[in-house]
Amino acid sequence: MSVFEGLRFRKVYSPIHNLDPRIKFVYVCAIFVAAIIFWELLPLIILFLIQVPFVFLAGVKREWLRSMRGAAFLATIIFLTNFIFKFINAGYVVTASNLENAIAMTLRFVVLVESFSVFFLTTSPDHLGLALEQTRIPYEFCFAFTTAVRFVPVLAEEAQTIMDAQKARGLELERGNFLKRIRNYIPILIPLIVSAIRRSLELAEAMESRAWGATKNRTNLYVLKMHKGDIVLIAITVGILAAAVYVRLFLGIPSLNELLGGLF
Amino acid sequence: MIEVEDVYFTYPNGVEALRGVSLTIKNGDFVAIMGENGAGKTTLVKHFNGLLKSASGSVLIDGVDTRKVSVATLARKVGFVFQNPDNQLFSETVEQEIAFALKNFGFKERVTKRRVTWALNLLGLAQYRKTSPFMLSGGERKRVALASVLAWNPKILILDEPTIGQDYHQKEKLRQFILQMKTQRKTTIIVTHDVEFVAECNPRVLLMREGRIVADGEAQNVLTNPEILIKASIVPPQIAQIFIQLSDLGLPKDVIDVYEAREKLLKVSERSK
Repeated sequence: MSVFEGLRFRKVYSPIHNLDPRIKFVYVCAIFVAAIIFWELLPLIILFLIQVPFVFLAGVKREWLRSMRGAAFLATIIFLTNFIFKFINAGYVVTASNLENAIAMTLRFVVLVESFSVFFLTTSPDHLGLALEQTRIPYEFCFAFTTAVRFVPVLAEEAQTIMDAQKARGLELERGNFLKRIRNYIPILIPLIVSAIRRSLELAEAMESRAWGATKNRTNLYVLKMHKGDIVLIAITVGILAAAVYVRLFLGIPSLNELLGGLF
Repeated sequence: MIEVEDVYFTYPNGVEALRGVSLTIKNGDFVAIMGENGAGKTTLVKHFNGLLKSASGSVLIDGVDTRKVSVATLARKVGFVFQNPDNQLFSETVEQEIAFALKNFGFKERVTKRRVTWALNLLGLAQYRKTSPFMLSGGERKRVALASVLAWNPKILILDEPTIGQDYHQKEKLRQFILQMKTQRKTTIIVTHDVEFVAECNPRVLLMREGRIVADGEAQNVLTNPEILIKASIVPPQIAQIFIQLSDLGLPKDVIDVYEAREKLLKVSERSK
């Protein structure tokens, strides 16, 4: 659950929290694209570092570290698979470029997690819904989306209660071989799914009895407007993207090993 | 026997749920734990089968420290029925649902079958043996959940809010069953807000408030003491309310039982004749 923990929004006020979520999303996409077009270590390190000031500015250091820790397991797997396959391909020798490549692939994943976690940590579900609505997406879809996001922690809590209830009936999750262990989760998953469906039906009834959808054209109390900060972020985003594309197309990227004068 | 010694517990989010709870529950006791929402009732009983482990202080079940054994081991002795049956039902049929725990505990096929039948009959669910538990009503699902725990015949039974959504007949059956547990020297612990149910059963009552036990005694004494009840945000049972109101007629205040109330009132009316 620690990955979810890292994505859970907490209400704080900071320059980053106040940014227009639409612009923030574009920024995240730009980082995403930049991370995908590079497979060298150096630019990925730069992409990783670019985002650190955002984390500190937003004051979500603790939560961010937690999401990074949550990603550590997958990152390790990515590193190991890359490294092992490169190792085999290169004829069972460890070369500096192999190592650098494996680290780069891992860092690419970390950069993606980092940008998404900064986005979700600093954007409230309400803001996100608002952003969707004001990009003219039908309200039903926006509502479904924000509700889904909002119910993630509720479901996580419910999963815990269900686990407790089944443990109290003698279920041992950690017992048996690999397949048996997966099967052990059936008594957890079925009640979770059933209660999620039941909850959604109840929610629908409760909403309809409170006249959901009675007016065709909804207005919002808060309207998203662009501020100075948003324009700065647009500039940064365009800058990163342009620089990334330029470097990719016209410049050669030295490997870290060459730069440091051949450590290996 | 449950021995709780100075237990403190804080949830990861910082809520201090238990602040120094000590108590002993003997075999054959029938205990009702009452108190307002958030008083720590459920947190306390979750310590009895090891779902929660105390931060400091100890919980001993028949002399075994709950921190040293798994929940599954403790569960064989301590049955716990959760408040919301939907948190546990998952099988295709009611029968399989009840057999689930028995299989986990390694009961033999033949014994499992017999126990399932016994539990189904006990809770009036025999006609639903092959029905999906999800097709049943709320009250029936609750009974399936109860049956699925009673089936392995635990020595200690914990029921979290057992009377919610049950009609009078089912409550009466539950009461009879708990009394039967008592004659078998088995322990029953209920967590409840249902004062009338508690008044009818007349168990030992533990009142909790802000993670501490504020009163511990016979229901007849605890539920008729307005000062204590106000502290725990509980309204006395209706009979107690009447007798508190009528105390200027020389009637005792500590009456919660219908039959006792009748006796006392008859005496007063005879005196006035």
